[in-house]
Amino acid sequence: MPTTYLKAINEALMETMAGDPNVFVLGEDVAMLGGAFKVTEGLLEKFGADRVIDTPISESLIVGAAIGAAIMGMRPVAEMQFGDFISCAYDQIVNMAATLRYRHGGRAQVPMVIRIPSGAGIHGGLFHSQNTESFFISTPGLKIVTPATAYDAKGLLKTAIMDNDPVLFFEHKYLYRRIQEELPSEPYTVPFGKAVIRRAGVDMTFITYSAALYPSLTAADELQKEDGLNIEVIDLRTLRPLDWETIAQSVKRTNKVMIIHEDRKTGGIGAEISAKISETLFDFLDGPIVRVASEDTHYAFSPPLEEYILPNVNKIKIQAKQLAAY
Amino acid sequence: MTAEEEKRLYYFMKLTRMFESRVSKLHLQGKILGGVYSGMGQEAITVGVCHGLTKKDLICPLHRDMGAFLVKGIDPKILMAQLYGKKTGLSKGKDSFLHSGDLEYGVLGATSMLASSLPVATGAALKFKIKKEPHVAVAFFGEGASSRGDFHEALNFSGVHKLPVIYVCENNFYAYSTAQSTQMAVENLADRAEGYGFKGTVCSGNDLHAVMKVAGAAIENARSGMGPTLIECKTYRYHGHSEHDQPWYRPEEELVEWESRDPIPRYEIYLQKRKHDLVKLKEEIESQINTILEEAVEFAESSPYPDGSDAMSDLYATLY
Repeated sequence: MPTTYLKAINEALMETMAGDPNVFVLGEDVAMLGGAFKVTEGLLEKFGADRVIDTPISESLIVGAAIGAAIMGMRPVAEMQFGDFISCAYDQIVNMAATLRYRHGGRAQVPMVIRIPSGAGIHGGLFHSQNTESFFISTPGLKIVTPATAYDAKGLLKTAIMDNDPVLFFEHKYLYRRIQEELPSEPYTVPFGKAVIRRAGVDMTFITYSAALYPSLTAADELQKEDGLNIEVIDLRTLRPLDWETIAQSVKRTNKVMIIHEDRKTGGIGAEISAKISETLFDFLDGPIVRVASEDTHYAFSPPLEEYILPNVNKIKIQAKQLAAY
Repeated sequence: MTAEEEKRLYYFMKLTRMFESRVSKLHLQGKILGGVYSGMGQEAITVGVCHGLTKKDLICPLHRDMGAFLVKGIDPKILMAQLYGKKTGLSKGKDSFLHSGDLEYGVLGATSMLASSLPVATGAALKFKIKKEPHVAVAFFGEGASSRGDFHEALNFSGVHKLPVIYVCENNFYAYSTAQSTQMAVENLADRAEGYGFKGTVCSGNDLHAVMKVAGAAIENARSGMGPTLIECKTYRYHGHSEHDQPWYRPEEELVEWESRDPIPRYEIYLQKRKHDLVKLKEEIESQINTILEEAVEFAESSPYPDGSDAMSDLYATLY
């Protein structure tokens, strides 16, 4: 039976908690309710109230307490009910968690995961739609994980929980129940820093991650049919560490690059990747590096506004056709 | 208390005072750079609280809690090298002053976002509770830090879960230049504990015995599963917020008033009444500490600085 993206995350929690008594979950409504999205459903029944903890509405406490437990040897998985709320815990993440190993001379660590239900496309409005990965992308000491498939969501979360650094796990709300696939019955993990080529091609490279993978793949298929363009699509899977090798090899082959993500254009990871490509692979480029990302505005509520803001198949195709003409 | 215990406490009170006094001089000489925060006048709090702790208890000291580091067992040499920014310091030169620690000794370094360590201490206490370990977590903070939301979030949560955590407020009446009356409308910050469902106690932070009594009860409570305590120790810092700060905002008379309640002479009266030969004891301990400080300065000065490229290490468990 196929497993949804949401269920895959739940399975990763179930399996990791069963395998390691140091793993525990805390967050708002994660225990009895099973989370606002039901990601943590069934954990309380299986592991008890000591390891599945409902917290007050206190994001800074949730992350701070996770840090405190982590430095003492636990492997907490903290949930932000909505990714938007993570700004309330910003200090704990960037100042406390991210610097802790560094300022203790490498003799302390924070093996903690923060699960961050992210993203738009669900009519969530300004405070239930944000992609907040770019808030953190310039902070060393953090790892940033952005799965696009059920397989990756499960495998990357398992890696995240057993990782010895603070990991921000951005799970996309739009994907929770919309995608599913058959997962291996035997245990598996997905390593950090290894992008995957979802579609091989020679004419152009699309670099993307998380929910933006899907319009990217659809656009690539349609461009193949309509214009005979053979496009390679790279799913980054993790933004920190970033798989530069896979990016560079692809760009050297295709000589044309588009970066597609749902995070905003200004300051999104696309800006960084674009800069690095132009710094180091300029001689391989046959055209400008193009970005398709959310518009530089807030994630507005009304359907026409949201549609205007988010990247989609048409926007990607228009930009790709222009780039192909170079 | 045994005579040995009484001497140990005196040793740490004096070590803290003399260490900090030396640090102030080294700062004036330009040997210690960056922010230097003196806790002079507040020694009885860290010494009195940490005296009742073990290595396995976690403390989250604040930036002027030199005494907490020393009582917990951090080597004065390593501590001095830390202040010098040397490779042999706790952070290997990565951050200044007391922003580092050593979990081997149960000491976590603070950030500059005061009160941020309260949720962290609370999380450590959560671990002790989940794992049914008999340890406690202690967070030190100033009355100014209690204005931050982290104070509320931490105390609220630990009250709900009856966690083995002790919040020690060193109320020295000034958050940098801002007087307590401008920070809060209550006289006793400890009164706030009631709102979180546990006990708050006020004591004189300049009276080692008072601190030990209150802290001892809180530690016992925490270890026996009775939950958290908020302790407010009224005290005074003799120096400015940092060594760069000339605290003109405080009346001279106030400083003198508090200097007359200095925790060390107060404890010396106790020692005398307990039939210690104070003159001899003082001489012995000061001589012992002077040697320790000479060695610490010598160690720090002869230690190498980190290489510039060390700035890129210790970011992650493994390089990638």
